[in-house]
Order: sequence, then C-alpha cells, then structure tokens
Amino acid sequence: MLRFIIRRLAGMVIVLFVVSVLVFLIFNVIPNSPPAQRLAGKNATPTLVKSIEEEWGFDESLPKQYVTMMKKVFNGDLIQYSPRVPVRERIEEGIPATLSLSIGAGIIWLFFGLLLGYMAAVRAGGWLDRALTGVAVAGISIPVFLLAPVLIYFLTYKLEIFPNGGYVGLTEEPWEWLQHMILAWFTLAVLSIGFYSRVLRSNMLDVMNEDYVRTARAKGLSERKVMTRHVLRNSLIPIITLFGLDFGATIAGTAIITEVLFNIEGVGSYAAESINKLELPPIMGITLYGAFFVVLINALVDIAYAYLDPRVRLGGTAR
Amino acid sequence: MSAHPILSVRDLRVGFATEGGLLQAVDGVSFDVRPGEVVAIVGESGSGKSVTAQTMIGLTRSKNSRIEGSVKLEGEELVDADDATMRRLRGEKIGMVFQDPMTSFNPVYRLGAQIVEAIRAHQGDVGKGEARQRVVELFESVGIPNAERRIDSYPHEFSGGMRQRAMIAMALALEPEVLIADEPTTALDVTIQAQILRLLEELNRQRGLATILITHDLGVVAEVADRVLVMYAGRVVEEGTLDEIFYDPQHPYTWGLMGSLTRLDRPRPHRLPQIAGSPPSLLDLPRGCPFRPRCPHEFSKCSEHPPLEARLAEAPGHRDRCWLTPERKREKRQVEGQIGLEAPPEVSRG
Repeated sequence: MLRFIIRRLAGMVIVLFVVSVLVFLIFNVIPNSPPAQRLAGKNATPTLVKSIEEEWGFDESLPKQYVTMMKKVFNGDLIQYSPRVPVRERIEEGIPATLSLSIGAGIIWLFFGLLLGYMAAVRAGGWLDRALTGVAVAGISIPVFLLAPVLIYFLTYKLEIFPNGGYVGLTEEPWEWLQHMILAWFTLAVLSIGFYSRVLRSNMLDVMNEDYVRTARAKGLSERKVMTRHVLRNSLIPIITLFGLDFGATIAGTAIITEVLFNIEGVGSYAAESINKLELPPIMGITLYGAFFVVLINALVDIAYAYLDPRVRLGGTAR
Repeated sequence: MSAHPILSVRDLRVGFATEGGLLQAVDGVSFDVRPGEVVAIVGESGSGKSVTAQTMIGLTRSKNSRIEGSVKLEGEELVDADDATMRRLRGEKIGMVFQDPMTSFNPVYRLGAQIVEAIRAHQGDVGKGEARQRVVELFESVGIPNAERRIDSYPHEFSGGMRQRAMIAMALALEPEVLIADEPTTALDVTIQAQILRLLEELNRQRGLATILITHDLGVVAEVADRVLVMYAGRVVEEGTLDEIFYDPQHPYTWGLMGSLTRLDRPRPHRLPQIAGSPPSLLDLPRGCPFRPRCPHEFSKCSEHPPLEARLAEAPGHRDRCWLTPERKREKRQVEGQIGLEAPPEVSRG
C-alpha cells in the first residue's frame, strides 16, 4: 500500500511538471505578439513593458525562460501589474472562501446524491424512483445562473431568511459563515446531486445482477445488509473516481460563476476579475493553482480507490 | 440411507412474466432428497435446472415470477414462507455453491470476512474471534493449506479451485443439512474438477448432507450421483438411479446426452457427436412432447404430451416421458454398438 502511495505521488509530480510546461507554452511562447506586452496589461507604459521583458528574460532561450517563470511562481514573485499586487497573495486570500464553498458543496452533493441514488435504486421502477428521476433531471437541467438569482430573490429579498451574498470567515463568525454559505452550497451542488444520484442508481442496478450479490442472499443476509454491504459498497468505487474529478474541477474553476453570483471573494472571483481586465499573470497563477488541486485530489482519490478496491493495489502489497 | 426425505419438491412450477408472455421455466418438477444422498439434476442450458435450485431457497422470488407447487424442508413449506423465514433457512439449513467462484465472491472483502459475515448473520452472539476460528477450521476441512493465513486473502489472490473450496467452506459454515451445488465444477479445469467432486462426495458422506448437484456434465454425474433427474424444457423427462440412467436409459434425450459423452476408452470419433437442433423456446413449446422436433424416433403418438411414468415392471422408480415401448427403446438407442441418438434425417440439409 505504501509503495502504491509513493508511486502515485511521484506520478502527481510528473503531471504537474507537464502542466506547468503547457502553461508556459500557452501563455509565453505560442501567442504571436511580444509576451511582455501581454503580461503588462491593457494600458501599460513602455517602461513597464521594458522592465517586464528584462525581468522575465524574454530574450533568453526557452528553457531559461521556463525556469525564470517557475522561480517566480514558487517564490511568490508572480505579480499582477495594475495594480501591482503579488498573485500569490490574492490567491491565498481567496482560498478560504473557495475551499469553504467547494468543500461544503462537495459534502452536500455527495450526501444527497448518494442518498437519492440509493433510494431510487432500492425501489427501482416504483413511484419513488420515478419521482427521484424527475427531481434529478430537473437538478441537472437548471443552470446555475438561473437558479442562483431565483434563490436569492425569494429566500433573501422576499423571505429574508439568508443574508445577501458575501463571505464571512469561518474562524471569525461560524454561524454567520454558515448562513452566508448555505445558498451558494446548494446552488453549486444541485447539478451534481442530480447527476450523482443517476450514476449511483445505474451502478447499483448493475451490481445487483452480480453473482456475489446472489451469494450474499444465499448466505441469508438481510436485504438491507445485501444492499449496503454488497451492492452500495461496490457501486461506490466508480463514484469516488467521478467525485475526485468533479471536486478538483470545482475548486479549480467550476465555482467561478457561483462565487461571482453570490459575491464571494474567492479564487473564482479573482479569476473572473482577471479575465475581464485581461491580466495574464493572475490567470497564469490561477491555472497552475487549479491544476495543482485537480492533480492532488485525483491522487488522493486513487489512494482511496486502492483502499476501496483491493484489486487496484498492484505489486502484491495487499496483506 | 434413511428413508425419510429431508427435502421434497412436489409439482414445482416457476414462471416468469416477460414481454413475450409467461415463460414457464420449470413445469411440474417433483423429487425427494434424503440425508446422505446425492441427487443430480442434468440438462442443457435453459432446461430449468438452475431455476429449480434457486427457487428452493427463494432466490427467484420477484414481482415477475410465478411460483407454484410445494417445496418442503423437514415438513416445513418453503414456497409460501415469508422472507424472514427464508432468510433464516438460507445458509443455516440449505447451503448453496455457485458455478463461478471468480464472480461469486465479493471482490472487495477478504474471504474470511465474507464467511464470518454469513456466520454472524445467523448467530449474532458469535464473537468475531470465535467466528474467525471457525473459518480457519472450515478452510482446513475443505483442504485449503495455510488456513490461518489464507482467510485474510482477497478472492483475486486465490486460484479457481481454491476459490471453489472456499465457496464450499462458506456453504458449510452453518452446518446445513442440504447442500445445493449449482454447476460447481463447470468453471474449473478437469483435474481441479475431480478434486472438487471428491471433496463434495467426502463431505456428503461424512456429514450426511443431502446434496443436490446441478450440472450439464454426465461425466460429473457418473462420479458422484446416487439418483439422476434429466430435465428438458422445464420438465423432468427421465429419472432413476445412477445405474438405471447409465445402463438402461429410456428417453431419447438421455440417449443423446450419453451419446455426446466423449470417452477415453473408445476410439476417437471423427466428429464429436451432438444432439441436432437446439432446445425449444419456452415461450413457444411444440405441442406434445417438447423433444419431438429434435427426435429421430418421433411417431404419431408424440403429438400427445407423455406423462412421467414408470414403464419398466422391474424398476418402479425409473420413470420417463417417452411413448416408445421399452423393447423399441432398447433397439433404437443402439448406435454403432453403444447408446446414442442417431442424427435425424433432415440434418443433412446444411
């Protein structure tokens, strides 16, 4: 198991390296205009452009340019030029809000997705299954930019149950934090709840036909035990993979629209702002930040996967 | 062998509602099993043998299935027993061994844990340590070496034969009185088949288990069975003792099965013999004898459905469904000096 984890983490480093090379190529090499001009922003003075050109070493060879860029990224010297703020500082400021949003939404969608999917599968074909199918399809179909304003209009302006957007630190005022997050969580989670419940339902219906489920019944296990210990347990394996991909992607960017709609100043809002102002250094930084989380979470998921499915632990370490 | 059957099946009928209508998978099957006896149910795929076995422990129950008739275990009726009763009987009174040991264990749990699960489902007061100890003993009793260590293996770490031994250990975990083995050797290679059959036979003798062996392989039957039921299209077409079925088979379908055995002690045939045609669709059975379309000995009487009757005065327990007289049968079943079913004339068309 330890060997598996080490191998997986080494793989993660390689993937991150490749991603950073791609980012370098896409931002600094491929576009057909002086890179310093683009990094400087829309209304940059010639002196700024000149200094950026020197700072980033754009007259040097490509490998050297890459090393310079990565040094900046690691040392926190990646800077947005108007106003001059270190990108890392802004990302770090945004991370608590983005993680609050993503983790909360992730827990909610996983919980409700599995719950609804399980109920639908156990009663497959019945009225509950059909009703849940309808709910799931509705959840998948409603776009975030429609759902969020509707929720805000009714629950915030009309009924005044929830505060109007914004973010309050968890450590400062936990209760306020919760109230500010709930709507955003659900907005972000609704699509995935629908999707996960459908995926779990169909996984479970597949697993129910497996021979080992018949064996479990033949042992005299109760129907509930058969469903949870054998059917649900084995249906979770693909769900975990899916969750890893989706959760990583949520932290890395899917939350952008939700953050903007609920006025949550996280990394997503920062990305949206930078794109609007065409500021390249933050976009570069956020891309790498996103890649890091996607890759990290996938590595964690693979490790969880090996725990869930012993056949994955290659190299004869299962003991 | 005690005279009282522990399990008796009477006129069991199992149908499934399908889009094409009611599919009568099992149609009026009756038999008894006594302690220490091995009853083999033989037939092609789709003959209803597995459905019969699974119905006995209630695994075919569903919204779409229609189950009629009677299955009595020690006098207790199982066909209309409630789910809780069935659950208690499964494993505790009737153990089941399935065909494919690769897929019949849950791949994500250790083998020992899966057997402990079975024990604790019935005997909640058995502690984990004690249950574990029992599994070690079970593994030893079915001939798995290093039992102490092997119970912590996952199914994929076992070979096919070892997995089937573990499967048998699981079926025996609660010391049931009846063992149903549904094609226990089909997925195994021949040498392992022999080992598993020997194990089943041993257990049957030692523990006085009533064993129902489902198979399509007459070679397997010849090894271990006391009595044989031959099924075709959901019905028993012939039943008798092992000797009766092998030395004096009465039904042309049985002749066909015998004729398609390859034997090492005979010259190798040019082509492996087979029964021409394929089993009828259970949704669209021919009128009369269901074997009629494939039978070269068919005659006018065959459009009437033959009852399962003893047709030999000297063997009242040997019953079959064929209208031919025993004398005619003796003459017709001889194909090239041994028992077989000659190819029907119309087969040469292709």
